[in-house]
Amino acid sequence: MKFWSRTAAILMKDLLTEYKTKDVLTSMLLFGLLVILMFNFAFEPDADEIRQFGPGLLWMTFIFAGLLGMNRSFAAEKENDALDGLMLSPVNWSSIYLGKMLANLLFLLLAQAIILCLFSLLFNYGIWPRIGWMAAITFLGTLGFASVGTLLAAVSANTRMSEVMLPVLLVPLVLPVILGAVLATAANFAQPPEERVMFFWMQVLAAYDIIFVALPLMTFDYVLEK
Amino acid sequence: MNGFLQFRVRPGEKYGLGLLALLAMMAALYAIFVLAPVELTMGIVQKIFYFHVASAWVGFLAIYLVCFCSLRFLRKRDRQWDVRAASAAEVGAVFLTLNLVSGPIWAKPVWGIWWTWDARLTTTFVLWLIYMGYLMLRRLVESPEQRARLSAVVSIFGAVNALIVYMANRWWRTQHPQPVIAGGEDSGLHPDMMLALMVTLLALTLLFFCLWKMGCDLERSRESVESLRRTAQRHLREVQ
Repeated sequence: MKFWSRTAAILMKDLLTEYKTKDVLTSMLLFGLLVILMFNFAFEPDADEIRQFGPGLLWMTFIFAGLLGMNRSFAAEKENDALDGLMLSPVNWSSIYLGKMLANLLFLLLAQAIILCLFSLLFNYGIWPRIGWMAAITFLGTLGFASVGTLLAAVSANTRMSEVMLPVLLVPLVLPVILGAVLATAANFAQPPEERVMFFWMQVLAAYDIIFVALPLMTFDYVLEK
Repeated sequence: MNGFLQFRVRPGEKYGLGLLALLAMMAALYAIFVLAPVELTMGIVQKIFYFHVASAWVGFLAIYLVCFCSLRFLRKRDRQWDVRAASAAEVGAVFLTLNLVSGPIWAKPVWGIWWTWDARLTTTFVLWLIYMGYLMLRRLVESPEQRARLSAVVSIFGAVNALIVYMANRWWRTQHPQPVIAGGEDSGLHPDMMLALMVTLLALTLLFFCLWKMGCDLERSRESVESLRRTAQRHLREVQ
């Protein structure tokens, strides 16, 4: 039980920091809006094209905005050697990983919810009848992304040019997530919805999540140790 | 000085492997260009196939060797294993690049396009990007000990992911018709072609192990130079 209460403490710490500074959410949201704006000018899409490209665009926005946000999660701990303090505190290091991962997951989901609403509003993209499934797909996709991303953010925080290192390492690794999430989203919003295809890709996402939540938990200690 | 830095070359091993690779390579060239018949529809360009497939095999073999050496490193904490992993990644990346370059040269006359996003091509491309990320990471971490740990973790992720990318792409592409590929390239291979392929596989694998060994030596001497330089700098500072 102690494990979970300590994980929750780390999570609350990150949420509190974010509540005070609002760095991560603001930057993710602004970035998401910029992508949507550029999309509009680059393609001048009509209703059909939105239907066709919407899922892909949404996930690209999610991924790039997420990269921006997750870069901060360990870079911020490096300032003033806050990470050393965390490591010295009497917690299992897996708690540090899990707490930070859950914080990233929450930030990402929040940003994605807002970006999705704005996207639907600006492009007249009907999401409401099937919002429940969209939420499930987004959760499954983002869980894997946040899980690998948090570990690699810890890796890249130790490098020179950490802002560049994170995308270079993370994007090839989350390619199955991007593929699965885009195809599931497209199947969900197709008319009529292709439930069979959607469920298939949701299963793929779930399998990815299981592997890539377990793997970081097993390897995180190696990343942190000095 | 720990044992790691007393770096020694065992020329016999290296040159023995090199000689074997050379002989196998000659045999492969003979088998490809003299023994194996010219393919009827594709013509002479089909000869790329042997080196193309063999370099892909080596590229994929290498990532699992990198992963294996990394796991050994994390267990044993012996820097030798890190050196082996790093060098396998470097050589593997070269072979995978060869594969990615030779593919389009063959595909353009045969398929009519340079590239298609089919499962195997995409997986190879993604694996290549993973190699690049791994090698870039190694350059960007200062402390050798930390570099070894971080890159070991990343290589494990890369190796697991290569499998998943392949499966995901296959499921994706089986749900859609493939655009241009007409039949598998290995369906019904002529026995002499098969022989040529096997000999080439052997030759490139031997070449890989030879280059791997040389890469390890290079990496070791690189590290000892680095540590000598650090020692020299420390002494200089003391003198000043």
